[in-house]
Amino acid sequence: MSATTTGVVFIAAMLVALAATYRPLGDYIYRVVTRERHFTVERGIYRVVGARPGTEQNWAGYAKSVLAFSAVSIFFLYGFLRLQEYLPLSLGFPGVDPYVSWNTAVSFVTNTNWQAYSGESAMGHLVQAGGLAVQNFVSAAVGIAVAAALVRGFARKATDKLGNFWVDLTRITLWVLLPIATLGAVALVVGGVVQNFTDVTQAATAAGDTQSITGGAVASQEAIKDLGTNGGGFYNANSAHPFENPTSWTNFIEIYLLLAIPVSMPRVFGRIVGDDRQGYAIVAVMGVLALASVTAVFGFEAMANGTVPQAVAAAMEGKEVRFGVGDSSLFAAATTLTSTGSVNSFHDSFTSLGGGTLILNMMLGEIAPGGVGSGLYGMLVLAVITVFVAGLMVGRTPEYLGKKIGAREIKLASLYFLVTPTLLLAGLALSFAVPSNLDSMQEAGPHGLSEMLYAFTSASNNNGSAFAGFGANTPWFNTALGLCMLFGRFVPIILVLALAGSFARQRPVPATAGTLPTHKPLFVGMVVGVTLVLVALTFLPVLALGPLAEGLQ
Amino acid sequence: MARLPRWIAHHLAALRALLVLTAVTGIVYPLAVLAVAQLPGLNDKAEGSLLYDEAGNVVGSSLIGQSFTDEDGTALLEYFQSRPSMAAGESGDYDPLVSGASNLGPEDVVDALPDPALGWDGDENAAKSLLTQVCERSFAVGQREGVDGSRPYCAPSGDSAVGAVLGVYYSEGTSGDVVRVVSLNEECGAVEAPFLAEYEGVQVECAEYGEDHAAAVVVPVEGDAPADPAVPADAVTASGSGLDPHISPAYAELQTARVAAERGVGEADVAALVDEYTTGRFLGFMGDPAVNVVELNLALDERYPVS
Repeated sequence: MSATTTGVVFIAAMLVALAATYRPLGDYIYRVVTRERHFTVERGIYRVVGARPGTEQNWAGYAKSVLAFSAVSIFFLYGFLRLQEYLPLSLGFPGVDPYVSWNTAVSFVTNTNWQAYSGESAMGHLVQAGGLAVQNFVSAAVGIAVAAALVRGFARKATDKLGNFWVDLTRITLWVLLPIATLGAVALVVGGVVQNFTDVTQAATAAGDTQSITGGAVASQEAIKDLGTNGGGFYNANSAHPFENPTSWTNFIEIYLLLAIPVSMPRVFGRIVGDDRQGYAIVAVMGVLALASVTAVFGFEAMANGTVPQAVAAAMEGKEVRFGVGDSSLFAAATTLTSTGSVNSFHDSFTSLGGGTLILNMMLGEIAPGGVGSGLYGMLVLAVITVFVAGLMVGRTPEYLGKKIGAREIKLASLYFLVTPTLLLAGLALSFAVPSNLDSMQEAGPHGLSEMLYAFTSASNNNGSAFAGFGANTPWFNTALGLCMLFGRFVPIILVLALAGSFARQRPVPATAGTLPTHKPLFVGMVVGVTLVLVALTFLPVLALGPLAEGLQ
Repeated sequence: MARLPRWIAHHLAALRALLVLTAVTGIVYPLAVLAVAQLPGLNDKAEGSLLYDEAGNVVGSSLIGQSFTDEDGTALLEYFQSRPSMAAGESGDYDPLVSGASNLGPEDVVDALPDPALGWDGDENAAKSLLTQVCERSFAVGQREGVDGSRPYCAPSGDSAVGAVLGVYYSEGTSGDVVRVVSLNEECGAVEAPFLAEYEGVQVECAEYGEDHAAAVVVPVEGDAPADPAVPADAVTASGSGLDPHISPAYAELQTARVAAERGVGEADVAALVDEYTTGRFLGFMGDPAVNVVELNLALDERYPVS
């Protein structure tokens, strides 16, 4: 088979695997987040925490708990990184400098996992496993918890209760993330991913050199890094590193892990609102957008347009032989469509239009299928906007799942959509206004703009991947990108919870002949259309200056 | 006892939750995976798939690529050569302490030329573009293996090759008549004459050190090299990790004759060994076929030692 055919088969196999996962995993998560009874283990944890599992919170209470937990997490991780040199298993690495510590703490707590450091030369075993990997779990659990709260808002009536954050956090971590990550980690060890706490091993090579072979608890971190759509690599080379991703089939597993939960979340939505068809409609929107994007990235990379790719006769720079161009393209598309940001090939060296599509993927707001939890709530906000637009066109009061989209609801939804473009474009513009920042761009011309654009897009959307030639490890960028990550994560979460609160208070209006059915292909098409129009109107000008200018020369 | 203010109590609850979850996901979980990884058959992999010599010393990992060059970076001809690597640490390429990629873009075609007094190695501000790096590597591999190392957008220059890129000045900025043409990657003094004598009727100049050509339009020149070059793509590009242990079967095939001759054995014997260390696509569709250079070279040393 030719490389193009095998690439297509690879993508098809991934689709089949995800389709087979949708119902069982979605149903399982549904049971975890709706179960009435509390297990003994859970009760023990609630007692330590001091939470009352029987008491549900209103939206403001839920939001306060999310923010308190995240604030404590940031301070804890910051302290952990600063004090590394005094902790065991530090491998002799010093404490991390303040700017990098702030950036990294925010980055991991916000599920972004942007990395301003190289893992193998800065982070010891304890910080990796006990600090960074923990946030891989809990930041993912926070995302799923917020999504569950929003969906409860749609499903409930005349109440202000959205669930208990501590219950959601505990259950999702223990029963969703932990078991799947454990299975994934063991599978990765079978493939050759390392799992040890040893120091560097010195090898005497055939050519007469010594080579320092690094160790670490890589398998356990790799599994949750992908499953929780986190993306912070144990090593600088991330999932391109043979110790993180040694074979073509571990590559398949890693892509599967990073898509599995986001793809199954619409099933959870369908189950909770009591209409599976609503879930299918949402996953169809995600599927259409994702397939279009995957096809584009794969196509651009396979065509290998551009001066260097044509000189090479393939877009192989920054890609590994064992994966090839096709499987690297699918990984790149999947990691930017979700909020993962792990990479198995280096996006800076992609073809201009291939790399541009990756930026566009993140600009979609990471909703197709998006990060764990955040993908679903982002998509539901767009569905709300779509219903509103459709309602305006026919002059009826818009309603979604029996809930009226009134002035308050559409304000919250619109604000949600505006958060990331504001952070991204304002951050980019401000950075260009400071002359010393221009030194961070590795390349002149449109590609330099693309590098900085990629950085702000990635941070504001909590992705975490990079055009890694960009020198982001400066006080300005560590701070600015840290702020983008922080606001890009928590402002939308507050707005989503407020929206959930206002839906939960409403009594559903019965569907009439004039109600827009939200489970039909027409609605799927409309959400796709609204998403593309909104994103295109917002970002086309800046894309034209960067990747489009470069690719269409 | 006075009660704590509510907001402090709330954050203390959050801290307790974080500590409990840290114990579960930060301590129990990695140790549980570590425990499973101790099972026979898995523990070698968990330790890093290390390779040992007869005396039991570690000689590498089957997953981590190595460079097979001498201290100056010159290829050791009795070994199959790995891909170019950007993981260049204190002990040369393929240093796992600094894994990473070039991160150079698809239109990175103009070199930052060195101060002639210092040269490429002495001038910190000098940098070869990705295109020139590709051209140089292709030229070097072509010479080493005795094949045509030419590629599109590359031009022979001096005793190597560079990216064939012109800076074209027009009478009205980006339009009008061509008034001046500079070969941007060929420094005056380093080359006798630019790769192209004239462009649109204007004589091509070499590039003077220190002159800024930002006002010129950058024009890569494709040339007449075959679009499907003899030197394979993986031989002229750096991997993402800088530690890629594999090369393509095509690059291995290109090197087989040279390695066989250096070791004084039949080409067919070496080719058979290459086959042994080639993995196809998993299940027929995952990844690309790949030859493990590290394992192959160690097997060569064992089976056909250099006399």
